[in-house]
Amino acid sequence: MEDLTIASTLKGLKNGDFTSKEITEDYLKKIEDNKDLNAYITVCSDIAIKMAEVADKKRANGETDSMLGVPIAVKDLFCTKGIKTTAASKILSEFVPEYESTVTQNLINHGAVFLGKTNMDEFAMGSSNVTSYFGPCFLPYRKQSAPDMPLVPGGSSGGSATAVASDLCVAATASDTGGSIRQPASFSGLVGIKPTYGLCSRYGMVAFASSLDQAGPLTKTVEDAAIMLNAMSSYDPKDSTSENVNIPDLRSVLGKSIKGMKIGLPKEYLENLNEDGINSINEAKRWLEDAGCEIVNISLKTTPYALPAYYIIAPAEASSNLARYDGVKYTYRSPSYSNLEELYVNSRSEGFGEEVQRRILTGTYVLSAGYYDAYYNKALKIQKMIKEDFNNNAFSKVDVLLTPTTPSTAFGMSEINNMSPIDMYLNDIFTVTVNIAGLPAMSVPCGLSSKDKLPMGVQLIANRFNETDIFKVAYVMEQAANFNDLKKEILRR
Amino acid sequence: MSKLINGWEVVIGLEVHAQISTQSKLFSSSPTVFGADPNEQVSFYDVAMPGMLPVLNEEAVNQAIKTGFAINGTVNKMSQFDRKNYFYPDLPSGYQISQLFHPIVSNGYIDITDEDGNSKRINIERIHIEQDAGKSIHDLDKEHSYIDLNRAGIPLMEIVSKPDIRSSYEAMQYLKQLRMLLRYIGACACNMEQGNLRADANVSIHKLDTPFGNRAEIKNINSIKFLGDAIDYEIQRQIYEVESGKTIHQETRLFDSRTGETRTMRSKEDAADYRYFPDPDLKPVVLSDERINKIKSELPELPSVKKTRFVEQYKLTPADASILVEERKTADYYEKAVKASRMPEETSKLIANWLIGEVFAILNKENKEISDLAFPIEYIAELVDLIVDKTISGRIAKTVFANMNENGKHPKEIVEELDLAQITDPEIITKSAKEIIEQSPKQLEQYKSGKTQLFGYFVGQTMKALQGKGNPEVINSVLTKLLNN
Repeated sequence: MEDLTIASTLKGLKNGDFTSKEITEDYLKKIEDNKDLNAYITVCSDIAIKMAEVADKKRANGETDSMLGVPIAVKDLFCTKGIKTTAASKILSEFVPEYESTVTQNLINHGAVFLGKTNMDEFAMGSSNVTSYFGPCFLPYRKQSAPDMPLVPGGSSGGSATAVASDLCVAATASDTGGSIRQPASFSGLVGIKPTYGLCSRYGMVAFASSLDQAGPLTKTVEDAAIMLNAMSSYDPKDSTSENVNIPDLRSVLGKSIKGMKIGLPKEYLENLNEDGINSINEAKRWLEDAGCEIVNISLKTTPYALPAYYIIAPAEASSNLARYDGVKYTYRSPSYSNLEELYVNSRSEGFGEEVQRRILTGTYVLSAGYYDAYYNKALKIQKMIKEDFNNNAFSKVDVLLTPTTPSTAFGMSEINNMSPIDMYLNDIFTVTVNIAGLPAMSVPCGLSSKDKLPMGVQLIANRFNETDIFKVAYVMEQAANFNDLKKEILRR
Repeated sequence: MSKLINGWEVVIGLEVHAQISTQSKLFSSSPTVFGADPNEQVSFYDVAMPGMLPVLNEEAVNQAIKTGFAINGTVNKMSQFDRKNYFYPDLPSGYQISQLFHPIVSNGYIDITDEDGNSKRINIERIHIEQDAGKSIHDLDKEHSYIDLNRAGIPLMEIVSKPDIRSSYEAMQYLKQLRMLLRYIGACACNMEQGNLRADANVSIHKLDTPFGNRAEIKNINSIKFLGDAIDYEIQRQIYEVESGKTIHQETRLFDSRTGETRTMRSKEDAADYRYFPDPDLKPVVLSDERINKIKSELPELPSVKKTRFVEQYKLTPADASILVEERKTADYYEKAVKASRMPEETSKLIANWLIGEVFAILNKENKEISDLAFPIEYIAELVDLIVDKTISGRIAKTVFANMNENGKHPKEIVEELDLAQITDPEIITKSAKEIIEQSPKQLEQYKSGKTQLFGYFVGQTMKALQGKGNPEVINSVLTKLLNN
């Protein structure tokens, strides 16, 4: 079984081509064989096989469901009852929750099989998966120009992206605070959607920045993204920021005509793009024009302020959200302390990695007395302006925005060493705006870079809870890009 | 008028923390029952497990709205929860959820009576809702501290007064009034010994017409008496310090109820930077007019209004009315008793006297609540009816009351059983009086020769002959007639 999608898995299971247990065992073996990619932090073989057996039994009894028997991976940010959940941090390295996150519970309810928990940047803070306490993970791809250099899948959902791109699962859950689904999707040639804030419950998802965090799927196809997002999302009274909105069956809108739809091209996203970036946008534009869309040039003047605002709001919330990991309760506790203060300081200094500490310090600083108005309050004002900008200058004129997802294609480990934290933060420049505004956005593969033949994605952004339009447009682009054939040109390790 | 001590004016503001009466905690479904075993009432949220989220208890909000009306405040249609960040082992999440920027209630007041008997208005700046912290126990073990999180997340209201209080007496009156109000509306049980009403007192001194002095905040005072003691000590300390040429620094102090002294807990320099910011896990609390009006319409009659009504409707003295309205159930009891009376117009004052006198004495002595009395409300009305219709005298009534309290019997039954009915028949009384006069020739002679104070002797003897059951007025008139003929 090569490169199964959710749709093809369901078909195969239905036709009796294979059982869930068979493919689950296949995946477990493949995971074992590809340990060097470090896609998983925890593989839960026994649980996976049990879940697969249950799914097979249900299917034998004539039951069906949208994910019944489909082996997937879960980002290690989602609490899974009885399965270690680390957020890729030393401080939670031994934590086993006694509860299930709503997103994973929804997937269980729809029959999904969990293969394990995937690698990620520590507490989802990073754009390359290198901040993980469990080490980086690697794409199975190589640059044509540097075939020996291992490439990272981006982050923070790097393990999920690697697992899907390397065919170590059918699909995976991920989370996106500033681009953590879309950037790895773009680097790995996958479909990744960050839904509207409030569509997927945050209950049981380890918090990074509560007002920005959203769960979403990383899949091989737009159709899979539709199936899995429908399965993951729900209104959840246990999350006060969850919205009681019913999105339609997203699969049913795929293939619908997009003729007459207005696609906005915000000029601020196109400045300083490299040639590959310009080409991919132009190509996407042409596909959409061919499908009968009207391309409208627009301007979103608040765009340059999104990244600075993001790097104030996100660390501020993180500094508070991560205060609970204090060495007192369920976390790592430093062996050396002689009083309470030392217990806190040593446990947190030893338990958190450098990037997490950097963000906690940044967040603590911007919330401090005397700085609150200069930083945090100003960032909130920018947030309000960005929301208004999208409303007044985008969605009053167009249905969907087309932008690049990332400024570059996947980078190598050795290249990361030459990047400053700010260089790394600039990876999020096209993705953070939608988190700040709470909008849905998807990265769809659109081609390969000219020189290195690495995957490139473009981003589709819509108004709140208008996931439908994104899926319609993405499906058209996926057909036009014919990425499945293009993929064969990628140099594999 | 200001109360000056040695020329110093005392300025006090109180922050009162009242536990909101709810079944479950502010943001989780854990119960709030007092006295459970340690960590028995703790959920994953209360321990701040990763990914756990707060869900607001709307009942706590309703109680705060009620309280807002009870203190004549403005209920804000938009309020918001903020995080107050600090590290402490009994604060599992590392932040307390409170309301700094947008509290649920603003600008109220309570009227108190000061030591000169004048009415005085104490303004209230705000009421905000917040979580309580857990409890650290340091004295069970030499090397370890224990944490009990039963209290963590219990809903509190912080009621913040303006610095309008000018003496420890006023502070105590304010807290008493507040406690009465909270109990009335059922927003807080106010059992101070269970810690569900605690006060922080901000105390400073200054000379009139000069700016306020630096204040000391005395934390966590858990009784009205201690509040008075703590403030009195603090005033003396500050005056002494300043008059010996020292400066008062802004600081937090603790009151030691054993020594009656306050001592430094931390100075302003050590004060934590709480890094308040809006809690992103919670949406702003937006109240509809409908909800606010419904709560307002369900508000019980408040004690000040009730007091005025009692004075008018039942012709009570303001002092008696004050005592009766202090607790809602006493006031309700009183009104039910008056209603049960056959002649409420004539009995209302006497029923009040009986409640305040005999009934309260028994409750105090037997440490009972008014709801625990052995007899039904109607009996106290009947007892007073019997006095007013002259079936029994006030003195005999005490005997009947004691009997009624002991075995819960109907007063009429007791009067009949013990043959306690008053003798009002002038013939019977004349007969007894005549006998007494005949048996006392010496006293009669002295009386006749002008020693009129002996009238009382004849009254007493006649009453004694009638076994205490004679109607005093009839005895008086009969004797006046007999002796002056």
